[in-house]
This record gives sequence, C-alpha cells and structure tokens, in this order.
Amino acid sequence: MWSLANPTRFMALAGRILPWLAAASAVLLAAGLYLAFFVAPADYQQGETVRIMFIHVPTAWLGLFFYTLMSLSAVGTLVWRHPLADVSQKAAAPIGAAFTFVCLVTGALWGKPMWGTWWVWDARLTSMLVLLLMYLGVMAMWRTVEDPGRAARAVSILTLVGFVNVPIVKFSVDWWNTLHQPASVFRLGGPTIHASMLWPLLVMALAFTLLSAALHLAGMRTEILRRRVRTLSILEAERLDREAA
Amino acid sequence: MTRALAALLVRDLKLAGRIGGSGALGLGFFVMLVTVVPFALGPDLNLLARIGPAILWLAAVLATLIGLDRLFQADEEDGSLDLLMHAEAPLELIVVVKGFAHWLTTGLPLALCAPFLGLLIALTPEAMLAVSATLLVGTPALTFIGGVGAALTATMRRGGLLLSVLVLPLMVPTLIFGVSAANAATGGTIPFLTPFLILIALSLLAIVIGTVAAAAALRHGS
Repeated sequence: MWSLANPTRFMALAGRILPWLAAASAVLLAAGLYLAFFVAPADYQQGETVRIMFIHVPTAWLGLFFYTLMSLSAVGTLVWRHPLADVSQKAAAPIGAAFTFVCLVTGALWGKPMWGTWWVWDARLTSMLVLLLMYLGVMAMWRTVEDPGRAARAVSILTLVGFVNVPIVKFSVDWWNTLHQPASVFRLGGPTIHASMLWPLLVMALAFTLLSAALHLAGMRTEILRRRVRTLSILEAERLDREAA
Repeated sequence: MTRALAALLVRDLKLAGRIGGSGALGLGFFVMLVTVVPFALGPDLNLLARIGPAILWLAAVLATLIGLDRLFQADEEDGSLDLLMHAEAPLELIVVVKGFAHWLTTGLPLALCAPFLGLLIALTPEAMLAVSATLLVGTPALTFIGGVGAALTATMRRGGLLLSVLVLPLMVPTLIFGVSAANAATGGTIPFLTPFLILIALSLLAIVIGTVAAAAALRHGS
C-alpha cells in the first residue's frame, strides 16, 4: 500500500493492469449478457422482465460498495494522509452515483409492469434514493472547494458522517414504511433463486465488479493527470508572472 | 474554561438578538411556511389537522436550515473563529456551545411557538403538545447535523445552498421519527414513547457525531 503512495509508480502499475481489467470485464459482460438474455429462462410469473434483475442487482450492490470504498478512502485521507486515498475518493463518487442511479432506473423499469407504478415509497427504494442524494452532496462538495487537498479533507468528513448515517437511514426508513403500508408486494420472485438464474446473475455481478474496478482505476489515473496539469499550470503562471515583473 | 465557554454562549445569544443577527428570522420563516401551506393545500381543516404535525416538522427543518449557514461563517469572516480555534478550550466544546446557542435562538422558539401555529391548522390540544414535545427534543438533532454542513461550508461565499444539499439527506431519520411520534400521540397503532425515545436517541447521537465532525471540518478547513 505504501509503495503505491508514489503516484508515478501507481500510474505505471495501473496503466499496465487497466487494459487487462477492461478486456476481462468486456468479455465477462458479453458472456453475462448472453446468459441473461438467451440462456436464463423467463420467470413463470414475471415473464421476460425478470431479466432486468441481472443488471439491477449488481448495480445495487456496487452502489453500496462504492460508498464503502469512498468511506475507507476517506479514513485513508484523514488518518494516514495517503496521497492516493484522496484520488480514490474523488474517482469513486461519480461511479457509485452512476451505479445507484442505474439501479433506481432499472428498478423503476421493472416496477412499472410488475407493480403497475414507476415508483413506490418502499423502504428499500427510499434508502437507495437517499444514498443517491448523499452521492450528489459529496460530488457537489468536490466541485466547490478549489484546492484538491482541502477539498479531500472536507469531503472525507462529509463521507464519514454519511457512512454512519446509512444504517440509521435504513433503519428509520424501514420503520417509516412499515407504519404506512404492509410489505406484501415486495417479495422478489420467491424465497430462493433457481440455479438457472443464479449463474447468470453471478457472472453479471463479477462482470460489473470488474467494470467498476476498471472505471475506478481509469478515473484515478485521470484525476492524477488532472492534478499534474493543475500544478504545472500554476507553476507556469508563476513563471510568467516573474518574467512580467 | 467554563467561564470562557459561558462567555461564548452569552456572546452568541447577544449576536443573534442584535441587528444583523438571525434570532427572530428563523421563527418568522417558520410562521410564513405554516401560513403558506394552507394556500397550497386548500382550507380544508380536516386535511390540515391530519397532516398538521408533518407541516410543522417540515417547516422546522427548513427554518433550521435558514440560519445555519452563518453559524461559523460570521466568525470566520471577522476572524473570531481563529481565536476560538486557538483558545484553551477544546474546539469540540466550543462547537457544542455554539450549537447550543444556535438551538436556543432557533429550535427552542420553534418548539414553543408550534402550539400557537397548531391553532391555525386545527390541531387538537394533544397533538399540539405532542408536536411541541417532539420539536423540543428533535430540533437539537437538526441543529447539530446542520452544524457539520455549516462547518464544511464556513469558508465558502455561497455556502447556504450547498449546506442544504449536504445535510438534508442526513435529516431524514429525524424527520421520520419526529413526525411519527407526533402522529402516534394522537392515535395510531404504535405507542407514543417508542418513536419519541428513538428521536431523543437521534438527538444525542447527532450532538456527539455532529460536534466531532464539525470540529474536524473546522480544523481541516483552515
């Protein structure tokens, strides 16, 4: 972990891993989509719409995973001042937000034919929506503080406060929902999932995980380059300033 | 140290009460919101009575947000924040005192005024009492959750809008338990005490987490 603290070394290593990671995720994604659309059977109750689940479930998982990743990076920023933790945090936010958004959208697309409505104020949906709002807050924070180091520390605090709040939000939303409507509709499929659907789901989950890792690495590389450009342009501006004086 | 903190409390209360302070402004905003809602919903007193606790709570959340952006920003601008940060007293305690002063000038008046506004929306006496009680124990959570946002945006010129975006999702649990406790008092399947106690727990938790996080944000911001 510490040998990677040197951004140049990280850039070299990440640059070597990235093409393989991207290729692996592309292959797995193709295989997963094939399995999901052609091999997995249609559900006896949900029909073809069950295939939405193969995208919906991995994105939901990654939406939550990336908030955890962001929080771990936030600890890295605050406690160890690890230079890559800042970068990892910043790159993780839009990816996590995108997965959460895709999860909500696919959920709505599935909900329309299945429940007859795009949106219900179900506990699970609501807590995902709050999660998306928290991602948006974090991204807004990144965009308001100009100095990357200060921005990272401010965002870290916000992320960690949010991380403590995620279980509280989940708990309170569960409570709130059980007050208002009984949980009768919200039993996905059935108690267990058949192997013919489980395998495509697992392949898709793995494919999306690799894809997100590739996106995260690429995002981190871009952020490091962006910071270099920023530093260089500041230095250049200072040099021009001296020359003019 | 106790004397210094008491002096800080008195100073913040005085500042809130004087010209340029936000003491009565939050309360005024609260009254405005509650007055405006019936114009949007229609004058049906049955409907208003049913959603009354929700209206009052929502108004309280928004009114708390209004004054929060100046919680640390004003001190940052005139330099007194630097003095506070270098004071002998730990920054966490200073944040608690400032948050408490802010609550005394916004949260407490809201809780005390809620019964009178309850008259406008046809709340029963029990409901008024319940809304007041829940606001009394719930608004500290709003203040201290908001305090984190205030500390994070202390050095920003237009921090108010960002502050709302940052802290509103975190206020969801307080809103849920505040409204459900107020509703439980006026009939319903759950006893009043269950959500009420959770609301108190949320406030205590927010005071601890909010204080530590806001102090950290102030330290890292400078």
